[in-house]
Amino acid sequence: MTSGLWELVLKGIWVTVQLLVLSALLAAAVSFVVGIARVHRLWIVRFLAGFYTEVFRGTSALIMIFWVFFVLPLAFGWQLVPLWAGTLALGLTYGAYGSEIVRGALNSVDPAQVEGGIALSFTPWQRLRLILLPQAVPEMIPPFSNLLIELLKGTALVSVMGMGDLAFSGNLVRLALQESAEIYTYILLIYFVIAFLLTRLMRGLEKRLKAGIGEVPEKGVSQAELHRPETTGVGGGAA
Amino acid sequence: MTWDWSAVGDFMPHFWDGLLVTLQALVLGSLISFVLGLVWALLMRAPTRWVRWPVGVVTEFIRNTPLLVQLFFLFYVLPEWDITFSAMTTGVVAIGLHYSTYTMQVYRASIEGVPAGQWEAATALNLPLTRTWTAVILPQAIRRVVPALGNYVISMLKDTPMLMAITVLDMLGEARLFAQQNFQFTEPLTVIGVAFILISYPASLLMRALERRLVR
Repeated sequence: MTSGLWELVLKGIWVTVQLLVLSALLAAAVSFVVGIARVHRLWIVRFLAGFYTEVFRGTSALIMIFWVFFVLPLAFGWQLVPLWAGTLALGLTYGAYGSEIVRGALNSVDPAQVEGGIALSFTPWQRLRLILLPQAVPEMIPPFSNLLIELLKGTALVSVMGMGDLAFSGNLVRLALQESAEIYTYILLIYFVIAFLLTRLMRGLEKRLKAGIGEVPEKGVSQAELHRPETTGVGGGAA
Repeated sequence: MTWDWSAVGDFMPHFWDGLLVTLQALVLGSLISFVLGLVWALLMRAPTRWVRWPVGVVTEFIRNTPLLVQLFFLFYVLPEWDITFSAMTTGVVAIGLHYSTYTMQVYRASIEGVPAGQWEAATALNLPLTRTWTAVILPQAIRRVVPALGNYVISMLKDTPMLMAITVLDMLGEARLFAQQNFQFTEPLTVIGVAFILISYPASLLMRALERRLVR
């Protein structure tokens, strides 16, 4: 491989990282908003949030990407820059998976904690901010970590739309060299390294957050695999 | 927003062809992932680390890299090594292999979930190892595995559109072809999107019900 081709791969990495960060931010925002809405006291809010979740988890991420790239411009006249179109499709889809994680973690907080908040006449907002979230967020980190890896794998899908991410640069190099074993091995390795770094990052975050409420992270594969409450999902959910 | 019902009507024959391909890929891919996942899970319990370690690394690698790139890898690299499959076979193998690294975790968790007393009882009864597995451990483990595997089948369903990238005419492949020939993108893409929800949502409800029945 020549240096020019490596430059292409580097550009691909940059696009993948940008897309990963942007769509992770959007997905996190969507997860929290929708996840909290799913434990709201008004049934209509719960229903709408549940509807959103089922629709976006029900379809495939790749179909969402096609939809945002092809149907949105035709039907509504919104032509998005590819990076934002990819971010939108991935963020909304993975946000729907994430909202299940948030909901599961909020539900797993001991009800006595909320009752304590009511007894002290906290407002609902204070209960959420000061009691529920500080205890629920550390529980969310391991499943969010899995979801982040799924999102990283999902970013490869935008290459189908011709966006120059890492997977796409692999295709370009294959066409240039007429040889595919080497380049695809490199591409897979690069994805693996990014995934490994993300896992480390999330584990560090979990340690810090759990230390904040006086707990130690669990080790090893948990039984959670068998008790995943939500059933369409990638990435698993907090019990 | 323009919606043309006649385009939907024109697309439907292609839709059924695509649905058939998608379901075929799903069934075959699931079978491969169920069997291969069990093989991985059993290998991970091998007594020597010279087996456990390579299996662990390989499955971890497959699980943490994109299925799409794995598809490209199999589709373009295998022919260079003089192994040629049809696009459909390549896709099925890739999906099966990818998801076997997930189902492996399910098997592993459920085998570990069998109480230690069961193992001890089998030892106390002097059962040979094969009999311990076939008559004591696996029957208890499999029960708990079913709903979790079902979830992965649903995830797999939602990953089958990727086969389009290696020229398989699944639902998305048919939709794209139709869209490009007639320049009508809205209708076919929306139809298959709705079709996915109509298949996967009832399936997920079914899995939830199964989970309540089978896992205590």
